[in-house]
Amino acid sequence: MSRPSPEPVQIIKKRRDSALEALVGGIPYVSYLGIRFERRGDELTGILPFDDKLIGNPMLPALHGGVTAAFLETTASIALAWSRLWQEVESGEVDPDSLDPTSLPRMPKTIDFTVDYLRSGLPRDAYARARIVRSGRRYASVQVDGWQDNRDRLYASASGHFVMPQGRDD
Amino acid sequence: MAHDPQDIARHFMEAIPHARDLNMAILEIGEGRCTIEMPYDEKLIGDPRSGVVHGGAVSALMDTCSGAAVMCHPDNPAGTATLDLRIDYMRPATPGQTIRAEAECYHVTRSVAFVRARALDDDRDRPVATATGAFIVEQGKRP
Repeated sequence: MSRPSPEPVQIIKKRRDSALEALVGGIPYVSYLGIRFERRGDELTGILPFDDKLIGNPMLPALHGGVTAAFLETTASIALAWSRLWQEVESGEVDPDSLDPTSLPRMPKTIDFTVDYLRSGLPRDAYARARIVRSGRRYASVQVDGWQDNRDRLYASASGHFVMPQGRDD
Repeated sequence: MAHDPQDIARHFMEAIPHARDLNMAILEIGEGRCTIEMPYDEKLIGDPRSGVVHGGAVSALMDTCSGAAVMCHPDNPAGTATLDLRIDYMRPATPGQTIRAEAECYHVTRSVAFVRARALDDDRDRPVATATGAFIVEQGKRP
């Protein structure tokens, strides 16, 4: 018995990238801040390119604390939604080409979010990666690290709790 | 002559590029209390299906308002920066409505200022979100 030959890598990548694009591209606030996501397999890294409008302290200058909170919260909720969507796309349950803002899964709802500001945010690009600490049927707990020039020198870290959407029309 | 803390905070607020970009406006400020409004804007939408403002934009408003409350507290001599901020989201803000944040800096030590804040839309009886934060007290102008 011969195994079916694996799908060409370009087709797999295209399917995953278009699912991610559909998830992230439809959110106006994410576009406003300029946040984008890079994907390695199922792992996402959030990127916040520096822009003058993100400054909170013009004397230093430093990124606005609220921008950092928003960036980390966005990274956390996209990571959660992506982990669900990934499974649906990989299992063939969802066709990424059919995804648009009206057919996407609802985003998780933030219950609470706590940010620790470890260093002042430099006027440079920032990066963030989320770790899903627990993802239950109803609730999820997520931890996020934010850094700039050095991966080992975090400028902020955060943790939050989310209510997971129950089905697409929830 | 000592600078009027209200003037300092107001000036500082208007000089914050991100606050200006979101059209935030100070309604009241002084004695460790601050009220700031942020008008509804389509660029702040977090859920395109409902038009609800993204939680991150509410965070930015609460952080700005909390920082301004620290700045105008009589025991805070200089600038400030956020140490930590926890936000609890009670409900989505009603699309189309201005969001108002009220912050109170209720205790200041030599090194830390403690703040609580809440965010409201037109339904003033049911907060959209509440926040608690700790802020750095800069030692610059102390003897």
